[in-house]
Amino acid sequence: MKKRSSTNWVVTILITLGSLLILFPLYMTVSIALKNPEEMAKSIFSLPTGLHFDNFARAIEATNFFGAFKNSALITFISVSFILLTNSLVSYAVARNIKQKFFKGLYLYFISAMFIPFQIIMLPVVKLTTDLHMNNIPGIIILYIVYGLAFNIFVYVGYIRSIPVELEEAATVDGATTYGTFWRIIFPLLAPINATVAILSCLSTWNDFMLPLIILSEPDSYTLPLVQYVFQGQFSTDYNLAFASYLLALAPMVIVYLVAQKWIINGITQGAVKS
Amino acid sequence: MSKRKAAFYSMTIPALLLFFTFHTFPTLQGIFYSFTNWDGYSDGYDFVGFKNFKALFTDENVLNAYLFTFKYAIVVTVLINVISLLIALGLNSKIKFRNFFRGVYFLPNVLGVLIVGYIFNYIFANAIPTIGEALGSETLAINILGSEKWAWVGIVIVAVWQGIAFNTILYLAGLQTIPRDLYEASDIDGAGKWETFRSITFPMLASFFTINMVLAMKNSLMVFDQIVALTGGGPGRATQSIAMLIYQGGFQGGEFAYQSANAVIYFIVIVIISVVQLNFLQKREMDA
Repeated sequence: MKKRSSTNWVVTILITLGSLLILFPLYMTVSIALKNPEEMAKSIFSLPTGLHFDNFARAIEATNFFGAFKNSALITFISVSFILLTNSLVSYAVARNIKQKFFKGLYLYFISAMFIPFQIIMLPVVKLTTDLHMNNIPGIIILYIVYGLAFNIFVYVGYIRSIPVELEEAATVDGATTYGTFWRIIFPLLAPINATVAILSCLSTWNDFMLPLIILSEPDSYTLPLVQYVFQGQFSTDYNLAFASYLLALAPMVIVYLVAQKWIINGITQGAVKS
Repeated sequence: MSKRKAAFYSMTIPALLLFFTFHTFPTLQGIFYSFTNWDGYSDGYDFVGFKNFKALFTDENVLNAYLFTFKYAIVVTVLINVISLLIALGLNSKIKFRNFFRGVYFLPNVLGVLIVGYIFNYIFANAIPTIGEALGSETLAINILGSEKWAWVGIVIVAVWQGIAFNTILYLAGLQTIPRDLYEASDIDGAGKWETFRSITFPMLASFFTINMVLAMKNSLMVFDQIVALTGGGPGRATQSIAMLIYQGGFQGGEFAYQSANAVIYFIVIVIISVVQLNFLQKREMDA
């Protein structure tokens, strides 16, 4: 049999050309963020001649970057932590009792919500959160945790059902409570799927624009995407300021991605194969 | 009730109550309001029966939003799936720097849709026209986002640029589940590349194809962020998606009840499309 170890150069070249299409807008973002208007006037594609970090200083001030960053980080961190702790617990109860009517019904109830477009609840939920004084950061965190259930239960239940019950029975015989069994035996076994859920929820919460747009009423509680939206009018004439601000908003996730790239891609791949 | 059983109920009941309060209850409220004439802020409202629903079917803006959204969703779904399958095949073959390229192609998925939209807005409005002028091409020299006829293409480009990342990863995951010996067998049988793809790779990817089609379709039917960043629904109403129309009419246009009715129709449409798609694609999976 012939060996298939030689590099396929045609594909390598095509993949390289394709990746330029991915990288070009990012190159534009970085270079515009570092230029000044005079350099822009000469050529919008060229590399910046000097590094104009004052664009970043102005962007940080104009958008209250650190405030928005803190809000985004807080909302994402707390939401994702609670999603992992609560959604997995609910899924455990559902997965272990799926033969009973109540839990089977619960499973279908939660996952059927995946088909409900957000627009149908968008208008009433604004009214509801305002009435309950939840149009703030704690409120939006609760919404993220609750709305995560629809998809996460689907992912978790499939995984938990593949874990043999015998493992828990041994613990029960030793006198562990159901909660104890879950935290000490099942939750650690969920590590791979927890990684998947954590990555996906982290990305969707950090980058979400619509829920903050309709729920958060106080400028002090604005998240990074929302701040970009609010300041867009101010940016419209000053591209260097705008791109410095975009870059600042994109940077945290890009840095996390560069550091944990392999782990993130594997996490998502695993989730895909399991479910 | 046994202790164990009580524990299981205590794990799920709070979630059930919260989910009902913040998801199901607003859904029911939305359906309820769709039969009224409430504007969203007045104290009172009246029941109007199916009046909102009847009006929807003759509303040009609604019709326009549905046409735009469908056209957009079909084109985006097809493009994303074709391109990401090709990229996944490329990334799965013997190439240099495979892990590096895997990282590059997934990168757009970690970027926020709104900000990506703003970046492309600049590219369409300034960068491409500059190239167009330099080349003396009139077609490239215009900002397509300002054209009623072509603005939707700009939104498609951005959605595809970003959307292929996730689907590529899913296809790549699928490709890695195909056993090597199937390829070795087809090699011995002397099957060509296309033959191998048609009779081994594609059928083995069937379930991933289903997931990707349904996901891409559902996401693009809900298009919102890209439109806010690129066109705001314009020019005129040329790129007003259904989600955008419900948001603008419901929050800013005093059409709370009317757009609630629109959202109910939208919900029914999404369910029908998802179910039809799943049935059709899963039947194909069985045949394969």
